Amino acid sequence: MSNSSAKGSMFELTKGIIKENPVLVGLLGMCPTLAVTNQAINGLGMGVATTFVLICSNIVISLLKKVIPSTVRLPSFIVIIAGFVTLIEFLLKCYLPTIYSALGIFLPLITVNCIILGRAEAFASKNKVVASALDGLGMGIGFTIALFAMGSIREILGAGSFMGMKIPVLCDNSMVMFIMPAGGFFVLGCIIALVNKLANKKPPAELGCSGCPHADSCKNIGACENKEATQGGAQ
Amino acid sequence: MEYILILVGTVLVNNIVLSQFMGICAFLGVSKQMKSSLGMGAAVIFVMVCATLCTYPIYMLLEKFEITYLKTVAFILVIALFVQMVEMILKKVMPPLYKALGIYLPLITTNCAVLGVTITNVDESYNLAQSVVNALGTGIGFTLALLLFSGVRSKINDSKIPETFRGVPATLIAASIVSLSFMGFSGLIG
Repeated sequence: MSNSSAKGSMFELTKGIIKENPVLVGLLGMCPTLAVTNQAINGLGMGVATTFVLICSNIVISLLKKVIPSTVRLPSFIVIIAGFVTLIEFLLKCYLPTIYSALGIFLPLITVNCIILGRAEAFASKNKVVASALDGLGMGIGFTIALFAMGSIREILGAGSFMGMKIPVLCDNSMVMFIMPAGGFFVLGCIIALVNKLANKKPPAELGCSGCPHADSCKNIGACENKEATQGGAQ
Repeated sequence: MEYILILVGTVLVNNIVLSQFMGICAFLGVSKQMKSSLGMGAAVIFVMVCATLCTYPIYMLLEKFEITYLKTVAFILVIALFVQMVEMILKKVMPPLYKALGIYLPLITTNCAVLGVTITNVDESYNLAQSVVNALGTGIGFTLALLLFSGVRSKINDSKIPETFRGVPATLIAASIVSLSFMGFSGLIG
C-alpha cells in the first residue's frame, strides 16, 4: 500500500518534468517563456517565482475545493493565485531587486499564466492536498527547466555570455537577434521541434487544449477549431 | 501629438504580441483564420478600452487608501467580472453583436494582454485620456498582428515542411520572422 502510494506521488512529481512538461509538451504559458528568457538568470527567476505560486495556489485550492461553489470557481481561483503573486512580488522586491526589475510587468502577469489556472482547474480542484502540492512542484520544475534552457541558449548565442559570465569566442561574435523578440520565437520553435524528434512523435497540430481552462468555451468557437481541417491541409 | 505618439508606439513599435510577448496564447490559438482573428481582435480592443475605464477609478481608490500593492488582485477581479458582465449584457441586449464577439469573451479573461495594459497604464502613470489611447493602440496592435499572422499561417499550411517542424514549431518560426519584420519600426519614434 505504502509502496504504491509512494509510486503514485513520485508519478505526480515527475510527470510535469518531462512527460507532461507544461511548456514543451503542453504548450502552455508561452508568454513568460518567450518574454523573460533573454538571460538565463531571468528565466530561472521567473521559473522559481512561478513554481512558488503554483505550489501555494495548488495547496490552497485543493484545501478549499469543497468550499468553493463550482459556478464561481474560476474567479475564486484567480483571486487566490493573484494573492500569492502579490506575495512573491514583495519577496522579490525585498530580497532580489535586480530580478524584480528584470522581470518587470511579467511578475504581476504570473496571475494569468495559463499553467497555474490550468493546474488548479485540472488537478488541484479534484485531488488531495499532498498530490496537488507534488503536482505543482513537478510542473513548476518542468517550467523552470524549460525557461532556463531557453534563457541559456538565447544568452549564449545572443550575448555570448552565460549567467553573466563572458564566453571567450562567442562574446565577440554574438548574434544579437537571439536576445531580441524574434529570437525567442525561433529558439522556442526549434526546442519544441527537438523535443518532438526525441520523443519520436508527431508534433501537436494545435496548442494544448487539454490543460487549458477555457477548453469548454473554446469548443464552441472555433478558436481551437478545425483540427481535422488543418491537419488534413498540413499533411 | 502626444496621443499620436502613444498610438503609433503601441500599434507598431512596441507591438504587444510581437515585441512584448503578451497574449501569445490567443495569438497562436486564434490566428488560424482571418475571420476568427478579426472577431478576437475586436473583442480584445473592446475589453481593453473598457477595462482601462474601469480600472482607472479603482486605482485612484487604491491610491487613496495606500494599498496600491493590491492592484494585481483588484485588476484581475475587475476584468473577470467585467468580461462576465459584458457577456451577459450583450446576450440580452444585442444578440447580433454577442454572436460576433461573445464567443471570444471568456477567452479574454486570462489573456495577459488585457491585464498587461491596465498595469502598464499604472506603471507609466498615464492620465485617463492617455490610458484609453494606450489601450486602444495596444488592442489595434494585437488585431494587426493577428490578422497579418493569419495570412502567413494559411501559407504555411500549403507548404512542405520537414516532419518534425510541422505544426507548432513551424508556426513559432514564422512568428519569429513576422516579429523580425516589426523590428523595422523600432526607429520610428525616438
